[in-house]
Amino acid sequence: MNTLKKYLGLLWILVAIATYSILLKTTFAQIQAKPTTDTIIQWSIFAIIFLPIAIGLVIFGWLAWKGAYEQLPVSSDEVED
Amino acid sequence: MNATTENNPIRKVIFASSVGTLIEWYDFYIFGSLAPIIAAQFFPKGNPTAALLSTLATFAAGFIVRPFGALVFGRLGDKVGRKYTFLLTLVLMGGSTFAIGLVPGYETIGFAAPLIVLLLRLIQGLALGGEYGGAATYVAEHSPANKRGFYTSWIQTTATLGLLLSLGVILITRKSLAAEEADSIRAFESWGWRIPFWVSIILVGMSIYIRLKMHESPLFSKLKAEGKTSVNPIKESLMKRSNLKMVLLALFGATMGQGVVWYTGQFYAQTFLENVCKVDFEQTRTILIWAIVFATPLFIFFGNWSDKVGRKWIIMGGLLLAVVSYRPIYHQMLQLTNTEGVVMDDSKTKIERVIAPVEGKDYSLQSTTAYHFYQNGITEKKLSTDTLYKNGVEKLQTQVKAARVVPDNIYWSLVALVFAQIVFVTMVYGPIAAFLVEIFPTKIRYTSMSLPYHLGNGVFGGMTPFIAVLLGTIYTSDVLVGLWYPIAVAAASLLIGVIYLSNRIDPNVQD
Repeated sequence: MNTLKKYLGLLWILVAIATYSILLKTTFAQIQAKPTTDTIIQWSIFAIIFLPIAIGLVIFGWLAWKGAYEQLPVSSDEVED
Repeated sequence: MNATTENNPIRKVIFASSVGTLIEWYDFYIFGSLAPIIAAQFFPKGNPTAALLSTLATFAAGFIVRPFGALVFGRLGDKVGRKYTFLLTLVLMGGSTFAIGLVPGYETIGFAAPLIVLLLRLIQGLALGGEYGGAATYVAEHSPANKRGFYTSWIQTTATLGLLLSLGVILITRKSLAAEEADSIRAFESWGWRIPFWVSIILVGMSIYIRLKMHESPLFSKLKAEGKTSVNPIKESLMKRSNLKMVLLALFGATMGQGVVWYTGQFYAQTFLENVCKVDFEQTRTILIWAIVFATPLFIFFGNWSDKVGRKWIIMGGLLLAVVSYRPIYHQMLQLTNTEGVVMDDSKTKIERVIAPVEGKDYSLQSTTAYHFYQNGITEKKLSTDTLYKNGVEKLQTQVKAARVVPDNIYWSLVALVFAQIVFVTMVYGPIAAFLVEIFPTKIRYTSMSLPYHLGNGVFGGMTPFIAVLLGTIYTSDVLVGLWYPIAVAAASLLIGVIYLSNRIDPNVQD
């Protein structure tokens, strides 16, 4: 299971990059196709708010790859170190 | 350990926390439930889709700031205390909701109107971001270990009950403003929509009174007395790798999927019934109300059950059911309300026409209502409004609105289909407060659990109706295309949760 957790970490990194790239591509395509204020605002909101989420998923994947999830903490002392 | 004191029995703790949280949800959801009316009042008239999207954008703005509220008030809650922080969020929420009901429309004060509404909506989002984590933490820190899921599940009912209360107040107000129903609806759309916002101030006043009588959480008081409260909870929560990994796991493995399931079952279902299936306004709301009434006890059931079998597999079960059944459920909703190819009884078709002069203008408005009766029992009401010049011939613009009134058998089938979606909601949402409380330590709990909760619910969940509508405008050939967003997010969360989450119930949340 730990090996699976570790290698899936790479998948999460790829998923984050691929999903955000598709979102950016769609954002530009939609704004180019219909450059109205509404379109620009809506798609810009998506692109901005999903950026930290995508970064979070990359970090999650990286932590998984480094084995951080092999053992989950059972006491808060382990979280606070 | 039972951490309640003699003056603060657990029932009082749950009641005081739940009532306030329920009211905050009520405040938050009346805005969403009245989206089309608010669009007409506060956004420049023209393309109705643009107006609706503008409102949904405002709606989304309310959600996007929720994680910031979680950070700001979470920090306060971890430094100053749970009780005073969630009192403050209640005041902010109640004040901004009441104020939305007072803002003059776009026609009166121009662009200041949508700007003020947007600002107030942002305050609502911030306040809500701070409220939930506080209430859940407060109840959990008063609960014995073997009943944490059960006790916190009462907090979990509040979001759904807040939605129910908002729908109920809206329906009652909409029907009570004039003797004739049509006049009452007109009055509601003109000014009566403000009443549900004003009602909030009374509810919030009552809740503040109840909460003022409560004591601080015993675990937080102990930390404070020992001088062990966090100096910088945000830094501790997000900068420490050991804690950040749990924040990310809670977000991607649980709250992200839970958020989309919540908003699909209780918001997108309503939007879909009204805008795609064209079901009548009132029937759409009552269908949701019945489904919520029947399903709400299941929050308690699943919360209680999670104390025995763990939180993980109940939450994952709800995600799995949502992923595999959303498309069949929505397909069935479409089939049930379809009138294409169904024989219409022409002999019963009824047309009513009313011409009303517009005061101070040189034209009149002609409203034509056509009632078509179909063999499957559906009555379709098509309302077209024409602007007529004085000679009664020239038409400036025609607006057509269609609504289908469904017969009892279809009505209850739709209730069952929405009920099934809310059962998934109760599975993913009932145990989640206990789950979140248990994975973070006391001194940074408010901040740490609030953040993934509001990112999952605010960003992933709150954007569901918005993204689904937008997908529908891009890929017009598939009316169910909007469902791919919640399905994909829930599936990803399911996979992450199954592989990475632990099913362990933490016996000690005092650390």
